[in-house]
This record gives sequence, structure tokens and C-alpha cells, in this order.
Amino acid sequence: MSALTKEETEALIQEVLEVYPEKAKKDRAKHLAVNDQSLEKSNKCITSNRKSLPGVMTIRGCAYAGSKGVVWGPIKDMIHISHGPVGCGQYSRAGRRNYYVGTTGINTFGTMNFTSDFQEKDIVFGGDKKLAKLIDEIEVLFPLNKGISIQSECPIGLIGDDIEAVAKQKKKEHGKTVVPVRCEGFRGVSQSLGHHIANDAVRDWVLDPAAEKETAYEASPYDVAVIGDYNIGGDAWASRTLLEDMGLNVVAQWSGDGTIAEIENTSKVKLNLIHCYRSMNYISRHMEEKYGIPWIEYNFFGPTKIAESLRAIAAHFDDKIKEGAERVIEKYKAEYDEVIAKYKPRLQGKRVMLYVGGLRPRHVIGAYEDLGMEVVGTGYEFGHNDDYDRTIKEMGNATLLYDDVTGYEFEEFVKKVQPDLIGSGIKEKYIFQKMGVPFRQMHSWDYSGLYHGYDGFAIFARDMDMTINNPCWKSIKAPWKQEVANDVAVAASA
Amino acid sequence: MPSVMLRKRDDGKLLFYVAKKDLEETVESIEFDTEEKWGGEVVLGDDSRYYFEPMSPPPVIPITLRAKRI
Repeated sequence: MSALTKEETEALIQEVLEVYPEKAKKDRAKHLAVNDQSLEKSNKCITSNRKSLPGVMTIRGCAYAGSKGVVWGPIKDMIHISHGPVGCGQYSRAGRRNYYVGTTGINTFGTMNFTSDFQEKDIVFGGDKKLAKLIDEIEVLFPLNKGISIQSECPIGLIGDDIEAVAKQKKKEHGKTVVPVRCEGFRGVSQSLGHHIANDAVRDWVLDPAAEKETAYEASPYDVAVIGDYNIGGDAWASRTLLEDMGLNVVAQWSGDGTIAEIENTSKVKLNLIHCYRSMNYISRHMEEKYGIPWIEYNFFGPTKIAESLRAIAAHFDDKIKEGAERVIEKYKAEYDEVIAKYKPRLQGKRVMLYVGGLRPRHVIGAYEDLGMEVVGTGYEFGHNDDYDRTIKEMGNATLLYDDVTGYEFEEFVKKVQPDLIGSGIKEKYIFQKMGVPFRQMHSWDYSGLYHGYDGFAIFARDMDMTINNPCWKSIKAPWKQEVANDVAVAASA
Repeated sequence: MPSVMLRKRDDGKLLFYVAKKDLEETVESIEFDTEEKWGGEVVLGDDSRYYFEPMSPPPVIPITLRAKRI
């Protein structure tokens, strides 16, 4: 199917909206748009970060997911207590594949689940005593932890427990950082508010108190912090290698494979490099204001964007780093040229629809384009206007933009647009595979990865190729149905 | 009275950011912008208007300030 024109795309949106009741239709219409590169601001065409309609299938998470799962969870040498009933922590345990170095259960705790396992009596009489006891137990069982964060689940806010008081008292008792995070799941419309709350907690309980202390850390003019890289499948390691190759000193990784000591040192860096803008722009803005650290966004998906980003980062430093950036690009050139030469002929012209969260709906577009593919639709689960502002320029004209898309809308769009590949989450995966459309789970790289950096690009290209060109898609039609088609053809020709 | 975070963009324009409202806009014009006096009425890219108490000397940007919506 050839590319849709602007009118056709608009008609498609209208057609999909047709089944909704009047009120829902009016509301959903604001979240679906046809991309128009001439627009400067996204709020002219699309509304985002609004409450989802009751009754539609949406794919959003909660504030707890945004705080514990995204921002705090990957900090490896802290223990993150899922404070409340057992399920929230247990069913999200280790699902995001934030890789780290360390011995789990001894000095790192990333894949473990710590919970206060609320029972009826804790709801009735309050859970503060239990929390205090839990923290004491942790100190006995896991003495090498470097700090504790208390991630509130819904009941904590509902029954009004004072976790801040417990945190302050235990901090004094044990002499370790204890951070209460008010990320109850019912707050906000999606996980996005959880990111904000988590950023504010880092600011108030870790970053600012540490900035006042003297540290033994030795500053250099090339200090940077990698912010918003969660090391999914090892992503942050690939990013870090590139930055170190060009001569920069990566002081901190926020928060994939990160430690609390790194976070405490971040207020001394010279430049903050932001990968996931959505989840960590808040802390970067704070550091810019309070410590005068400038920040830039970068994109390490696909060689074109990597080269662009490396040069943009280098522009903030002296000639030594600028030369370093060129040297790194040159060093990997043969490698990525080979990847493109191998996979581009197999993927050329294929069309992709994306629906993910955070930074990926716009960041991976460059990587697909490097492989000769085209992104024909993209959308954010929990993006804000500023995300769409940044997306409009990346996407082609007359492509689809969908915010907080519902299960129904997404299916209908796919039926009409007929992309060659869909990149979305696990909840969508099996629906589309059963519809016979190749699919990659782009939240944690379909259990593959890493995808960042030049090393990641090779894996990205291989994964896309083995998904799209998998022979199984030819067998999607039942053999007897194909026979019928042949028989009819034979009968017609007779 | 939203708290507004002001920062300079690469091209020198001021960015007006209100976290609570999810608003990120460029400042198109500002009433007083001299060495002695800064503030007054500002017009944003989407034509909305805000008012900063004039201050002297001008603030060091980036900074968070209270603004009044007009």
C-alpha cells in the first residue's frame, strides 16, 4: 500500500472515530492527528497528558510504575521498598531488564523485590510500625545497601501514613539515606507524574543534601552525566563507551547501572546529557537553575543521529573533545556501513508503526530511516505537549500521530495502514502477531538489545530483519484457504 | 500565580516553562528588558500573556519566578 495523503489520513481518523458515542468521539478526536511539519507547536494539532476515558483499553501505567519501575528501580545499590500490598512490587519485579554489575542480594538489589506486604490490619491500624521494622530488618539482612527508598503504593496515601517521619527517624538511626517517595498509583493520569514525583524526591532527599557536603570527588573539565538512560539490555554501557572514547568523563549514570554515590556527585558535572527527556527533564531543569549545569538532549539510535548527537555534545567542549567525536565516528564507520550494507536491501521501503512511551516514539525514527525504512505512525502512551513538539519535525508529513491510543483505534489503524512492522508493548504483541503483522516489543527490546550506540544499531538491524523477513509470516494463512484461492483461479481460467 | 522556570534556548530566546501546566513556550516579547529594569508583561508564542513583577537588577537566568496570568 502506498503512502496515504493528508486527506486520506484525516478520513481514516474520522472513520475510526465513527463507532464512538458522541462525547467520547469528541474527546478522542483531540488525541489523533495528521502530522504537519509546518506546525511549530504540537498543541495546535494534538492534545496529550489527559485522563484516559473510562471504558477504553489503554496501555498506560501508574505513578508507582513511573517512580519505582522507571526512575528509582535501576539504582542498583539502594533497596527500593514497595510499601503496600505485595502485588505491585511482585508483578513488576525485574521485568524491565535494567542490567547492572554486582552481586544481587549482597551489594546490588536490582532484581529483588522488597515489600511491606500490607494486610488488613495494616490498613486499619496504619503501616508505619511495620515499615520501621522492615527497614531495621533490611539493615540486618543486607548491611551493604547504600540507602533505602520507600515507594508508596495506593493505600499509603489513602490511609494517610506518615512515611516521611519514619524515613527521617531511620535515617538518623542507621546513618543512611532513606527516601520517602509519594508515588501512590492513583496520582496523575499516567506514569508520567510518577517520573516527576521521583525526580522531586531525588532532588529533595539525595541531590541537594549531598551538594552541601564536601566530596572526595576530583573534578575535571570533561565531566558529564548520562541522564535518563536505564540500561535496558545494556544500553547505557554502549552509550558510555562512546562518550568515554571521545574523551569525556562519565561521572554518573541516571539511573541504569547507577549508584547513589554517582547521583550525589552529579551536581559537580559540567554538562548533563539527557536521553529520556520525558522522565528526567525535571531534574535537569533543576540542576540548570541551582547549579548552573547546562543540559542537552541527545539520541543514540542509529548512526545518523549518533553522529549528530556526538557533534552536538562535543560543541559544548574544547577542540580535544571535538576531535574525539570525529575520531569515534570514524572508528565505527566501517562497522555501521557494513550493517547498513547487509540489512538495508532486505528492509528498504518497509513501513513501521510505533506506539511506545518515553523517548522512543521519536528517537528510533532515525535508526529506522538509516535502514531505509519509513515510520508511518507514532504515538506516546504518556507523552506531553513538549514531546509532540519534538516529534513533529522527526516525522514525515501526513503520517499518523496518536496519543494514548486505545486498543480499538490502534487495531483499526493497523488494518487500514497495513504497516510491515509494529513496535509497541507486550499487551499489543500477540494481537498483532495473530493478525499476521510482524511485531517487535519496543519497551525492553523484545528481550534482545542493547539498541543504543553503534553496537546496539547492529543488533537493532538484525532484530528488525529477523522479524520482518521471518518465513513464518508466509504461513499465516491456513493451507486449505490458499487451496481455495488456487481452485477458484483454476476454475476461472478453465 | 504559576511558578515559571525561565531558561535561555540555544538561539538566545527565553523559554517559559510551567511544569504543572505542561507548558513550554518561547517568550516573544517582554515589557522591560534593560540593564536597570526587567519584567512586566510578557507575550508568549501562543499569544498568552503573563506578568512578572519588574525587578532590578535583572535576574540571572535560569531561574524560577512567580508570574501572574493576564
